Order: sequence, then C-alpha cells, then structure tokens
Amino acid sequence: MMRRTPLLTGSGWLVFLAAMLVAAVLIPVLATLPPPDSMFRLPAYLVPLFGKYLCYAILALALDLIWGYAGILSLGHGAFFALGGYAMGMYLMRQIGTRGVYGDPILPDFMVFLNWRELPFAWWGFHNFAYAAFMALAVPGALAALFGWFAFRSRVTGVYLSIITQAMTYALLLAFFRNDMGFGGNNGLTDFKEILGYEVQAPSTRLGLYVITAVALGLSFLVCRFVVTTRFGRLLLALRDAESRVRFIGYSTTGAKLFVFVLSALLCGLAGALYVPQVGIINPSEFQPGNSIEVAIWVAVGGRGTLVGAILGALVVNFVKTWLTGAAPELWLFALGALFIVVTLAMPNGILGLVAQAKQWRRTPTAPVAETVHD
Amino acid sequence: MTDPLSTAQLYLDGITVSFDGFKALNALSLVIEPGELRTIIGPNGAGKTTMMDVITGKTRPDSGTAMFEGRHDLTRLDEPTIANLGIGRKFQKPTVFENLTVEENLELALKDDRRIRHTLFRRLDEEQEAKLERVLAQVGLMRRRTELAGLLSHGQKQWLEIGMLLVHDPRLILLDEPVAGMTDAETAATADLITRLARDRTIVVVEHDMVFVRSLGAKVTVLHEGSVLAEGSIDAVQNHPRVIEVYLGR
Repeated sequence: MMRRTPLLTGSGWLVFLAAMLVAAVLIPVLATLPPPDSMFRLPAYLVPLFGKYLCYAILALALDLIWGYAGILSLGHGAFFALGGYAMGMYLMRQIGTRGVYGDPILPDFMVFLNWRELPFAWWGFHNFAYAAFMALAVPGALAALFGWFAFRSRVTGVYLSIITQAMTYALLLAFFRNDMGFGGNNGLTDFKEILGYEVQAPSTRLGLYVITAVALGLSFLVCRFVVTTRFGRLLLALRDAESRVRFIGYSTTGAKLFVFVLSALLCGLAGALYVPQVGIINPSEFQPGNSIEVAIWVAVGGRGTLVGAILGALVVNFVKTWLTGAAPELWLFALGALFIVVTLAMPNGILGLVAQAKQWRRTPTAPVAETVHD
Repeated sequence: MTDPLSTAQLYLDGITVSFDGFKALNALSLVIEPGELRTIIGPNGAGKTTMMDVITGKTRPDSGTAMFEGRHDLTRLDEPTIANLGIGRKFQKPTVFENLTVEENLELALKDDRRIRHTLFRRLDEEQEAKLERVLAQVGLMRRRTELAGLLSHGQKQWLEIGMLLVHDPRLILLDEPVAGMTDAETAATADLITRLARDRTIVVVEHDMVFVRSLGAKVTVLHEGSVLAEGSIDAVQNHPRVIEVYLGR
C-alpha cells in the first residue's frame, strides 16, 4: 500500500490545537478577565496589533502555498491583499452614513468633496456586508485568474513572473492614487464607524475581530495543508522541480498553477478584509511593491515550503519590526536587508530548516526546498 | 501492401524542422509497426532528439505528416494530449521528481483522471495500487518505494523513469539514450528489461552504445543530417558503406 501523508499527524493536531487555544482563547481571556492593573492583563492596544500580525500570517501562508510548493514567486501578493482590504473598506465607508463630515447619507466624504453627485457603479451594493465580503474574495480571485491565465499560458516563469507581478501591483498603486478612480485617492478609505452594527473602535469589537482572524488563520492553514497533502500537492512539488516533465506525463500545468494561484489570491483577499477594520485605514500604499517583497522575506525567514514556517516567519519578522521601528526606526530597513541576506546565505530553509537540521534530517511531510536545480 | 496510414503505430512522412535555417530534420520518413522494437542510432546532431520532440508535441514541424495509429495527427496536438493518447517518453537526462518518493513519482504518472478536482479528492483504488506494485516489481524498485527519488543511483533513476512510463499504459514508448551513464551491469539489466517490455508494447530506443543496441537485437534505423540513411539489422547497417563513411569520416 502507498504510504499516505495525513492531514496532520497525532502530535501535529496537538500542536495545532494548542496554538489555536493560545491564539483564540488565552489571549482574549488575558485581554478581558484579569483586573486592569494586574500584570497578567494584556493591554488593549495589543489586541488589534496581534490581529494585524495574524492577517500577515494568512498572507504569508498564501505566498508559501504558491512559492514554496508550486515554485511561483509572486512579488505582487500585496495587491490581492489590498484589494480585499479595499472591498472591506468600501463596506465600512458606506456604514458611516450621515455621521461623515459632510453628512451625506449615501456618498462618502471624499466624493462629496470632489463634487460627485451620485455613487459610482463600482460602489453599488457595498452597503451590504455579504456582498462586500463576497467581493473581498471575488475581486482578488478574478484578478489572479486573469493575470495567471495570461502568465501561465504563455509559460512565464521564474524571475520574469516575479517582475510582472511587481509591475501589476505597481500599476494598481498608481491607479488607486488617482482621485477619479473613485477609491479615495492617496488618502484611501478611513474614519470608519461601524461594522455590522458594532462600533469599530470599541475594545469588544476589536477582540471579536481578533478572534475571527485567529480562527480564519487556523482554517486557512488547514485548507493549505489539505491541498499540499493530496496528490495535487505532490503534483505542485513535481512541477516546481521539473515542470516540463509534468507536462509530458499528461498534466496541464497551466491549470494546476492557475488553481493554486487563485486559491492563494483568495486567502490574500480574506487577510486584507480582516486587516482593514482592525487597523482602521486602507490606502494605496498597501500596493507598494516593497510590501509584497516583504511578504516573501517573511516566508523565507520562517521556512519556505513549510506552511508552519510561513506563519512563524510572518509573526517573528513583524514582532521585530514593531519593536525596532519603535526603538530605532532608521535601522529597520537595514535590519530587513540583513535578515534577507543571512537567511539566503546561512539558512536557506529558514527557521524551520534549522529545527529540522537539529532533528537530524528525517523526512517530514513538508517540502524542503530542492537542493538540485532543474531547468 | 496495406496502407501504412491505417496500420502503422507511428507514421512519419516528410517531416522537416528548421531552427534559424539549420535543418534539424530534413524530410524524415519513418514507419514503426505495432509491437515493434526499433533502435535508432546516428551521430550527434543527426536529429534524433528533434524527432522525439516532434512525436511528443514539443516541437512543431515546418512540414510533413506525423500520425499515431493512423488516427491522431501529432502535429496538431499539445504535449499532455499526446501523452494521454499513449505515447510515453523517457528523456536523455533522467528527470524524476527528486523531492517525491519513488511511489509518489509512480502515482503521479499513473493513468488516471488528470483534472484538478480528481487529484485533490481521489485516492488510488485497489486496481491502481496493484498496478503500482506490479511496476515497482518490474523495474526492481520495490524495496526503495518510500525513499526520495533524489537519493536513487543514476541507473535506478532511469528505471524509475521507465516505470513512470509503464504505469501510464503507453502503447508507444520512446526511450532517449536509456543506458547513458550506466554501469555495465545496469546496462545489461536495462537491455533485459526493455526486451521483456517489448513483448507487448511498441518501443523506440535512441542509443549511442553499440553493444547495447546489439544486445537488443532489433531492427536499426540510422539517422544522418535529419533523414534516414539506412535501415536493417545491426549487421547490415554496420556494413553499409554510407554508414561507415558517416561514422568514421573519410
């Protein structure tokens, strides 16, 4: 009988449940139950910050799925994240209603300011949460499908693909900067009041959003894990290492890559939609090419081709970023660059790679980066 | 004589491929009958690999006919379609999936529904498991089935590749230099394997190693400058004056 890779091993499930308990139960409890002056009390400002990190972790997971397993290095994943964020931001803008500075019941403030008379077509329906949530996934998914279809069909791979994904996010950056695009120009969307009737700024709402994000991360992990443990996951590894060989045994690599690329973009949209209500703003800077490159660094630091590594990398790098940009802001970019160099040269399999080396190489159901290079 | 279009396993007629004016194949014609074992030899640049590329859809010929089983026009189909028709190709350089185990390599190559939905939700059924085991035994890799393919020896990788062709139930197998880089023992074992496989399949072998070609004991086609120079038994072609001239030079 063929040896099967389980979704998670027994100890894998234990670690997963323990991590979920800490993230989705322990942290909310510490943020609410201990008296405010207790040393165990988690300060309220940390909750949305942690929520932000978990959104980044979903983003890293999405990139690892295509980079680590299928060998597609997208440096434009920030764009899918930002599009998901904009969809949620548009819902939040419509919820402001008459509480805006200009008090227009339909038009967001920036449209009144620009002397617009009616709501542009793209904004229709965004007062409805379900529609906005759908669009937060559908828009990134559709863009990924279109972009991926052209790119993979023309067999654009490797560094060329990375470059055009950078161009894609840069093009969107420029487009969203324009006021007449109708998405708030360089100020973006902000000053949110309510989400589903709950006050966005309220600690309880933030805690709720945080818990939802933690659960979303857990589910995203399981979805990715499911994908990589099936025959389809092995197909991705195969095409990462020898794509033309996969075509010769009869698989459409275009279809496989497109599927995983769109799935990855959907996860980015989800992350972006959860991110915006927690940070309270979305603007074109989220499309900056540098943001997308940073995601690749998180994945590389944690361990490419290991889903857990992507999550770990996103959390570790962002904790360090928060600390360092507070302590010595001018050093952050140097630290990031140094981190990338160290990881590339000294630990090609990231933090998890070091753990694996320490454990004397035994085969885990992860996908260590190939040491041999096929062309 | 019957019409070769309808009975031949593979029918190539007047195939011409040029790269920047250089004719890699020059009006090449070749007919392989069902069940035949054929070896193809020729000096470097004779067009052997280009011929394989045309048959498997990697390269489109500028002109000519390439028919599989008299029905399928290979010049119009893409690589996955041709592979699924039942033409399996083993490359010169062994390209197994090094980060997958031996059995996972075979699993991917199994003849099965290739759609994404299927690869996500289906597992191998008993029949497929049985076939996988049979092929593992045939190519002698049963004991290494759960090892990473990247850890196999060169010869074993070549056999795994042949195994990957076999699980796909091909009706025509193309082997590009199957014994290149093998030890003598591995070469002998490979010759043995190919002769056994040839009992119920059509196989075309491209090879340089004359000892190996002789041990296969099959009809030999000599390619030179993109077309057929001679055809016949190994002894006949080795004594063919033009072949001697091409191989030894003047």
